[in-house]
Parts: sequence; C-alpha cells; structure tokens
Amino acid sequence: MSKKPTLAFAIMDPPFESARSTTFFRLIEIAARRGYRVNVFAYEGGVHLSFARQKPHGNGVHGTDQAEENHPLPKHWVENLMQLARENAGEITWVNCGLCADERGIDETVPGVTRGSPADFWKLAAKSDNALVIGTR
Amino acid sequence: MKALQIIECAYRGTLEEQDDTIIWLTHSMRDAGADLSLMLCGAAVNYVLHGQDATGLQFGKWDQTRPPDIEGELARLRDKQVEIYVVREDMERRGIAHQSRLEGVHLIERAGIPALMEAHDRVWFW
Repeated sequence: MSKKPTLAFAIMDPPFESARSTTFFRLIEIAARRGYRVNVFAYEGGVHLSFARQKPHGNGVHGTDQAEENHPLPKHWVENLMQLARENAGEITWVNCGLCADERGIDETVPGVTRGSPADFWKLAAKSDNALVIGTR
Repeated sequence: MKALQIIECAYRGTLEEQDDTIIWLTHSMRDAGADLSLMLCGAAVNYVLHGQDATGLQFGKWDQTRPPDIEGELARLRDKQVEIYVVREDMERRGIAHQSRLEGVHLIERAGIPALMEAHDRVWFW
C-alpha cells in the first residue's frame, strides 16, 4: 500500500473577504477525507481563520435570527476539518504566524492551532510532498 | 442625495458572508432611507442570471444551511425601488447576454455609464 501524501498550504487571506479562503478549506477537506497529512501555515490575515472569538449573528437584511442564519465561522471549519482528518487517520498541523497574530490581536485560537514563525512554513514545506501557496490579491 | 453603487468584483466572500457584501450594504442603507442605484459590471454581471446555486458547502460535520441567494437579494432590492443597471458589453463578452435573467434590471451600454454617473450625486465603486 502506497504511503499517503503530505501536503502543505500557506494561506494569506482573512475570512469573509474573498473566495480564496473557502477554496483553501475545500482543498483541505478533500485531503482530510483521504487521510492525508496536511500542514498549514497561516500568514498575515490568514491568522484570523482560527480566531476563537469569532461570533455568529442574526441578519436583519435576511430577516433571520442567529439560529436561522447559521452564519459560517471559519474557526468551526478548522475544528471540523481537524476532526475529519483524525477520523480518516490523517492529521492537520496548523501554525499561525506569531507576529501576524500579535499585530492583529489574535490572542486566542481554537484547539490544535499553534503559533510559529516563517521558518515553520519552510520546515512544513520541506517535509511535505508538495506545497501550495494561496497568496492574497 | 442619490448615490450609485458599482460592483465589479463578483462572488467575493459570498459563501462565507451568505451574500454579496455590497448588495447587503445597499439593502441596509436603503432600509435606513438612502436613495441608491446599483450598477453591475465586469464579472458581477453574472449576478442577475437565473439558476445560480451555491448549495452544498460542507466541511466535516458542518453544513451550510443558508447559502447565498444573490439573484434573490437583487430582486428584493429591485422591489425596494433600487434601480439596477447591468453593462451589456460585459454580458456579451461572457456570452451570457441572452441567458435568462432577473426581470426589471436595465441593460446599459458602456457608453452610457458617464450619463448614469451624472445622474447621481455620489458614485461609489466598491
């Protein structure tokens, strides 16, 4: 049986600003379903993706309360994907750029997310079969 | 004061926001009494087409139960007396000028944009 691949991703976009973050999560979802090991380095605005204090809200324009709106919170996507990876014998390692988090006040993340430095992206990429950079525009 | 909202960048964060943020903003300001028009150009002309379907987003055990309904949000804006303009050449360039689309929107020529801007006190390009 062939060894399952390890993939690295660098993501730079914050949530709610573009389709790139959603696409990034969709790619990770495929890898997690296949039981791949996934290494994520969240850079600049990408550190917001795992921020623990994201809050749902209702939406007056949509005429919905909080429950009906069921507003997507990327922190839940991070948690769900980490769980999905574990269920399929894979793993997601997620490192936030520490300086990027500090300058944005991102001082609390969902469990499993760690802080590091750009050197970590280099190390994560080096031990992965391939690395995809999703830069911001 | 009458303002023209211009959207060119399409589907920007729409799955995460459950709508287009500028259409949402236009709704919100309109509900507060603002006098607004909306012009769609570039890739955003696709917003007026029938049959857009953003359902099915799922991550692990998380399902999106309320996906964006951009055409529906535009219809609601139209019903709030917000005039919606769509640049004809941008639809033709994408081969969608003859596809089924939201009723009540105005197709305008690119050459007609200056006059449309002149008819408004403020022009906001998002």
